[in-house]
Amino acid sequence: MTHRGSRVLHVGSLSRVEGEGALHLSVHDDTVTEARLQIYEPPRFFEAFLRGRAHTEPPDITARVCGICPVAYQLSACAAVEDACRVTAGPAIAALRRLLYCGEWIESQTLHIYLLHAPDFLGCDGALELARTARADVERGLRLKKAGNEILELLGGRAIHPVNVRLGGFHRAPTPAELRPLHAQLTRALDDAQETVAWVSGFGFPDAETDADLFALAAPGTYAIESGTPTVLHADAKHHPDGGLDSFPLHTFLDRVHEEHLPHSTALYSTLDGRRHLTGSLARFAISGRWLTRTARDAAVAAGLGDPWEGAACRNPYRSILVRAVEVVYAVTEALRLIETYEPPARPYVEVPPVAGTGHGATEAPRGLLYHRYALDADGTVTDARMVPPTAQNQGAIEDDLRRIAQAALDAGETDDAALAALCERAIRNHDPCISCSTHFLDLTVERTRTL
Amino acid sequence: MTTSPTTPTTPADPAAPGRPTLAVFKLASCDGCQLTLLDCEDELLALSGEVEIAHFLEATSAVRPGPYDLTLVEGSVTTPADAERIRQIRAASRHLVTIGACATAGGIQALRNFADVEEFTRAVYARPDYIDTLATSTPVSAHVDVDFELRGCPVDRRQLLEVVTAFLAGRKPDISDHSVCFECKRRGTVCVTVAHGTPCLGPVTHAGCGALCPAYGRGCYGCFGPAGRPGPSGGSLSVNLPALIPVLHRDGMDDRDVERLLRTFNSAAFHAESEEDS
Repeated sequence: MTHRGSRVLHVGSLSRVEGEGALHLSVHDDTVTEARLQIYEPPRFFEAFLRGRAHTEPPDITARVCGICPVAYQLSACAAVEDACRVTAGPAIAALRRLLYCGEWIESQTLHIYLLHAPDFLGCDGALELARTARADVERGLRLKKAGNEILELLGGRAIHPVNVRLGGFHRAPTPAELRPLHAQLTRALDDAQETVAWVSGFGFPDAETDADLFALAAPGTYAIESGTPTVLHADAKHHPDGGLDSFPLHTFLDRVHEEHLPHSTALYSTLDGRRHLTGSLARFAISGRWLTRTARDAAVAAGLGDPWEGAACRNPYRSILVRAVEVVYAVTEALRLIETYEPPARPYVEVPPVAGTGHGATEAPRGLLYHRYALDADGTVTDARMVPPTAQNQGAIEDDLRRIAQAALDAGETDDAALAALCERAIRNHDPCISCSTHFLDLTVERTRTL
Repeated sequence: MTTSPTTPTTPADPAAPGRPTLAVFKLASCDGCQLTLLDCEDELLALSGEVEIAHFLEATSAVRPGPYDLTLVEGSVTTPADAERIRQIRAASRHLVTIGACATAGGIQALRNFADVEEFTRAVYARPDYIDTLATSTPVSAHVDVDFELRGCPVDRRQLLEVVTAFLAGRKPDISDHSVCFECKRRGTVCVTVAHGTPCLGPVTHAGCGALCPAYGRGCYGCFGPAGRPGPSGGSLSVNLPALIPVLHRDGMDDRDVERLLRTFNSAAFHAESEEDS
């Protein structure tokens, strides 16, 4: 069968992603001319209806952008509004927020590893099918995921759209005694997390490399989650001073990260200083890896990722599943530490009286850096709101990946559109896109044309 | 279209071969209600043994065509395409259950119903001409018949399991439509309004969460929508929202605070409630 030809392929919806979207691939002769991840989640207009709301409301309202990472939205919103009002919640509340966030990381990363991503490596349709042949593995994943949800339920009241988060802190802080059963459960979860790293280490990984700049928060002394300074690791790091690391103040975020609205999408595309960038696990591992706990670092080394304490980075998107598994180990050890050192704050929240002005907040959602900005008037009414979710930032890098991976397959003589489609779906899943933050229905079309 | 209540008492077609089929679809929403199904970590594998998961994109690439014995739909109708899609989903479903505030009340995105959606589009998107959207966000029941509506933003995991179990068994789901106040009493939570003067929507809000917010010292913010409203899921009790407003005022809320409190995740439903009773 010749590779040359004009063909249009229409494949079913992309599955095992959070939300739904579409993919368009144009092939002219044997060259990929266009690769687009089409995002057409019905617009929900959060930034519009946040105007006129009270400054206390964004945490609860923006949680509803995403049922997969509501804590990320709540805590980015708190950070931004507290910044506008020049209030700092203090270390005890910060520690409790970090513990809550660890719960979301454990739950969400484990969901992606076991239910969305692993089936790609094991040649099956989903984890429920996988359970027929590897029930113990799937059960381990569900147990680990549940441990994350237990943190969210205890601290937040429920796992999805937690009710206990408020501007300035929490409505109620747990007692040390309430956290004790959680400690016992997380101690068991650590075994499951380490076994998860060993399990995914056995998968086969195709060769691939992203050339995007890596972008994550950095907070020297710790693996940044709930706060930090935006930091770029340039793709051509060796040609840059300071090892290619470049940090900038959060309030300049929108001067550096530009959003553009393209016709095939209801999400907004981002570039960083005019270049493609990638947020999420690969970026965090490269930028904050030296601050992983010993247990997490040892897991990374055993998984073949190199030594993150020595600055190891991973640029193969297929291997992101390894990095996610290491991050789950980290989140479990970090949650254990936070519980062991927990001292209830004197008050569960600090008052945040409104101040006219603009505030910025950013945290590390499981799938990458999530930025919020709010402008308030003197009585606290929101006059302007901006959110830049990780998936919108990653969209360009994901499309570059698609183009590269599809082109490599064509170069290797792949003529079967179904196989090409499956490969493209994998390329998207590698990045755990949270399409709910931005998208809707994913169909894959491959359009092939030829020179006449 | 008006919704005629249908009773969820017909069991899955016994003549159908194999296990009953379950489908999950998503309209405009945050994904949280279908994630609730995957959050049933202790029951998920057992459930997948009892039903054939025929369409659940977030969980599996295997997709089978309808008809489906039980279809769960999250999300509201906000585009012309989804208005058509929900009709096709209904036609392919023996029983259609809507899950969550978006599907049962239009969700937070129904705030556009009180605003100028063209202005909203210009505020968010640089190129409003790329955006195809309806002026309103409406519940699924405004478009097709619905067999049961499960409330919540998000739905409660135990209630979701109860609804799925009930439909598979051919019985009516055991879902109470009383107010959150009953759940505080059952849980032994001291009333936050009586004891602390905390404004709380519990007296007018549909039960189902287990009275979470008062247990954390916070007033209920109404994420399950109004209690006991008549609808496809029945509803015998009446809530008296206008009578609660002076209590909210007494506890320090001004008119703007009250309006904000009622205009969140079930804004259209609370709006209808206040219109009906005033």
